[in-house]
Amino acid sequence: MAELRIENLSIVLGNDTILDSVSFAIDKGEVFGLVGESGSGKSTVLKCISGLYAHWRGVIAVGGEDVSGLSRTARSLKIQMVFQDPYGSLHPQKTVASQLTEPLRIHRRPVEPKILVEALEMVGLSAAFLHRFPHQISGGQRQRVVIARSLLLEPDILLLDEPTSALDVSVQAEILNLLCDLRERLGLTYLLVSHDLAVVAHMCPQIAVMRQGKILEMITRDILNEERQAAHPYTQGLIVASKGYDRTLAHAMHDGELF
Amino acid sequence: MSLIPDNSQNEASEAPLFSVRDLNVSFGTYQGAVHAVRGVSFDVGREKVAIVGESGSGKSTLGRAILRLLPRFAKVNATSMRFQGQDLLGASEKSIRAIRGKRISMILQDPKFSLNPVVSVGRQIAEAYSAHNMASGSAAKKRAIEMLETVRIRNPAQVFDMYPHELSGGMGQRVMIAMMLAPGPEFLIADEPTSALDVTVRLQVLAVLDDLVSERGLGLLFITHDLNLVRSFCDRVLIMYAGRVVETLAASDLDMASHPYTRGLLASLPRVDHPTDRLETLKRDPAWLE
Repeated sequence: MAELRIENLSIVLGNDTILDSVSFAIDKGEVFGLVGESGSGKSTVLKCISGLYAHWRGVIAVGGEDVSGLSRTARSLKIQMVFQDPYGSLHPQKTVASQLTEPLRIHRRPVEPKILVEALEMVGLSAAFLHRFPHQISGGQRQRVVIARSLLLEPDILLLDEPTSALDVSVQAEILNLLCDLRERLGLTYLLVSHDLAVVAHMCPQIAVMRQGKILEMITRDILNEERQAAHPYTQGLIVASKGYDRTLAHAMHDGELF
Repeated sequence: MSLIPDNSQNEASEAPLFSVRDLNVSFGTYQGAVHAVRGVSFDVGREKVAIVGESGSGKSTLGRAILRLLPRFAKVNATSMRFQGQDLLGASEKSIRAIRGKRISMILQDPKFSLNPVVSVGRQIAEAYSAHNMASGSAAKKRAIEMLETVRIRNPAQVFDMYPHELSGGMGQRVMIAMMLAPGPEFLIADEPTSALDVTVRLQVLAVLDDLVSERGLGLLFITHDLNLVRSFCDRVLIMYAGRVVETLAASDLDMASHPYTRGLLASLPRVDHPTDRLETLKRDPAWLE
């Protein structure tokens, strides 16, 4: 049975249909990727799943259980989210220890230093970081703290919204490796959103290409190696464009031959 | 459009468009001086030269130092810095103002923060033009519309009256480029001009820059962190680490890089065409700082 199942997910914000019948399913322990350009609705999918939007229509089920019946606290035990900008998702005036304590406090769990240190060690940081403030640590370390915090409640599913796009490439490699290790160790299921096709292809065997609130097509990682196999010309263009600059493609796009 | 200098003809002058030798920039802080750029030397001709480095490597500081845009407490010195034979180091503030914006322009990363939100984009472009040229209002407007055409905006007259919030990111960045081009510069410094853009939009913005270099003979200094992009877009690459240029190569030879930092950076990139299970991580060697 699918760990996360999305069926006909739709949402209207204002007068605009932001998501239009999005459906996909992820098996336990799998990594599923969503790619698309800004405004394609990929982050909105995550916001619906995590409960940041409540008025969506359709079905979101975790482990067979419909999430719309779950309370916010019950849902947060199953699903956690990691955002793009680690500086924005950590409170600037609270220490790492206090940020890590927060989910435990909300869920009325015992707060022991041992638990916090274990959480930090899991993401490759030491107990020395507990008493630092976000501005005293680097971007990559901040993102590690955010990941540690999201894992404290032992969720089944991690929603990753552009987790490395604010980081340097060398740091990006470290975080992506960390995410791979954690998934293997803890049996996590990931839903990864990124505009960077290379990152998604590295992490995810199964990828959905989104455009204008719809899933345009589902592709597998292998297709990316032989670019012309993608069915839709938009996907083909996306693949070529992510490989670097191509003068002919740029001119073809401008002349409206593509897209 | 004739006002953009067509430099492709006069390549007889062998001297590079821009050249700098042993540039150093340091900032005085309470904890002592921070040496952000250390002994950087390079030339830019009518070509696309990339400066690649991670955050904090000094690449943006370098771009700003050229245009004297750094705060007053920054100490900038070099043995020479010349633009078309003219000395930029000893130049008075007044003569720098005649060069900055008019002959050397800078394109910044995010159009959202670089455009004035309450002035229509056309007027902003026209303003950039009239700041450097005696021109009537209608001439400046005509020029602005021409520039919007140059950056391949489809309906320039309509876009002229639009405000920045009505434009998409890619359009905004093309408007920025149009603004920088209006005075007719010969040398463009582009600081991460496409980092905020989607890949397909990025391609179109790059095509505009590419045409300017290949058809009009501008020089382009392209500051970026994106090695994959540089490989396919630029002619030459300078790799910066901790304020130094550690390696200079032709973009096509990027895979033959010899410096361990460059090799580490390349290996840590996920590649669409070369999937791996684990990415290489960079092990920084203190010896690179020597």
